[in-house]
Amino acid sequence: MSQPDALLKIGSLSKHFGGFTALDQVSVDVGRGERFGLIGPNGSGKTTLINCISGALQNDQGSILFDGAEISRMPAYKRTRLGIARSFQIPRPFGSMSVLENLIVPLEYVAHSGSLHLSDPRGEAMEILKGMGLADKADTLSSSLSQVELRKMELARAMAARPRLLISDEAMAGLSSNEVSEVLEILFKLNASGITIIMIEHIMQAVMKFSQRILCLDAGRIICEGSPEKVVANPDVQRAYLGA
Amino acid sequence: MKFLFGALALIGLAAAAPLFVRLEYFYFAGFVVLQFIVLATAWNILGGFAGYVNFGTGAFFAVGAYSAVALYKAVQLPLGLQILAGAATAGLLGFLVGLLTLRLRGIFFSIATIAITIILETVVMNWHYVGGAKGLPILRPTEMPLYFTNYTQWLFLVMTVIAVLAVATARYIQTGWIGRGLRAIRDNEGAAECSGVPTLKLKLAAATISGALMGAAGAPFAQYLSFIEPSSAFSLNYAVNALAMPIIGGTAHWIGPVIGAILLGTVQQVVTVTISSEMNVLVVGVMLVVFVVGAPEGILGLWNRYVLKKSVP
Repeated sequence: MSQPDALLKIGSLSKHFGGFTALDQVSVDVGRGERFGLIGPNGSGKTTLINCISGALQNDQGSILFDGAEISRMPAYKRTRLGIARSFQIPRPFGSMSVLENLIVPLEYVAHSGSLHLSDPRGEAMEILKGMGLADKADTLSSSLSQVELRKMELARAMAARPRLLISDEAMAGLSSNEVSEVLEILFKLNASGITIIMIEHIMQAVMKFSQRILCLDAGRIICEGSPEKVVANPDVQRAYLGA
Repeated sequence: MKFLFGALALIGLAAAAPLFVRLEYFYFAGFVVLQFIVLATAWNILGGFAGYVNFGTGAFFAVGAYSAVALYKAVQLPLGLQILAGAATAGLLGFLVGLLTLRLRGIFFSIATIAITIILETVVMNWHYVGGAKGLPILRPTEMPLYFTNYTQWLFLVMTVIAVLAVATARYIQTGWIGRGLRAIRDNEGAAECSGVPTLKLKLAAATISGALMGAAGAPFAQYLSFIEPSSAFSLNYAVNALAMPIIGGTAHWIGPVIGAILLGTVQQVVTVTISSEMNVLVVGVMLVVFVVGAPEGILGLWNRYVLKKSVP
């Protein structure tokens, strides 16, 4: 369970919404460079967990250590500057801006937060777009993109924050199988460049193929953690998913 | 550079105006139009750039006006310092309103700003030092500044300078990284925060600057009318105009509120003189509805679409 050189260490994390317990004493470590899958039925607390990690929500109890520093009381923008970037389950483009400008926001605010005058933000944004296969859409208004393009742009914008940890929240939901492989390929490529990735996904084939380790949540608790093979074979996981 | 020359030329024109324009009404009406340029530009920094619609322009304007009046009555503070004091107090109010954005978004934020206007108006109504509900006559300084022979002409120049500073501020914000951050907040605050934008800091800065500029616009108000009373200083007309002018001109660019204020402000002056002062309120309402329905991106949007043939703002 404990990783010797963990980038992210989550200890006894709990989150309540009124009387509802969304996360109950969740502890997990994610290693540097790891491809980590997070699965669980709807409402099991996956998104709450990553909202607590990225800072959209604050956990009630427990600790979150990123690269050795406690971040659980830090505002979200500071966590992004430390190196935690995410995509959103439902894409959230900056709709009044072009695709390129969407990337310039994190480039200006994160990658160069020390000196806000970049030498060439457009060039840097363009490089990232090329890597995502979105270069020809650079000047398109982001609100007029197709679903798969939006998903890619979300990942590109997260990458523009120069993250060490990338959290992909259902980046493949609603995509065709070709498009799923396309996005998967991008994520593999990013991981190969040294970025730790947490993937939340309902598409089991994708998450099985991608992850080195998988954590399954159900009703806010960890019910299983381990290799993909071990997790799918686990009777609790099967029960949670199939209701058997 | 072009902007700087344009700005200096405008101030120069306003300073030289008494040499060739003798008509008193020109300065009287021009002051109001300039005042609306400041209010609309200030409103747009928070409402247009960041997407937080403020219905409390009247409160900021009146706080500026009454701060100036109180200090003028107490220590005969000169006009320049009255304006700075008005801007500082209204800026502080802006900062507090900015804190509201922590919990309130959309229409709830807007309603809260109306509530603030009502509360402050009630306070001033009961503040007898500045005249309370019945108002307070203001005696203008007897000595004329510089070469001026008429105080309204002097106020016209002062308001020109405030307007130029307001527009320069809005332009600086819009064209730089702050403006991009505010746009990100308007488009999606959660995504902005996760892109490293310090959303609270930017909103506080925008609300403070916006409030301070509105207060600066309000500070000379009592000197202009030689009188002040709460219901005209807190008038809902300021809120409606400060919102209608940027929407009609276009909220995405700093020039939008300027276009809207010149157009709507001038039309209102003409209608007030030629038809009636009630009619000018109707004009604002009708134009606002027409633009919201027919051209939501304002005159700038129409210009971009039909003259420049582009849809990307």
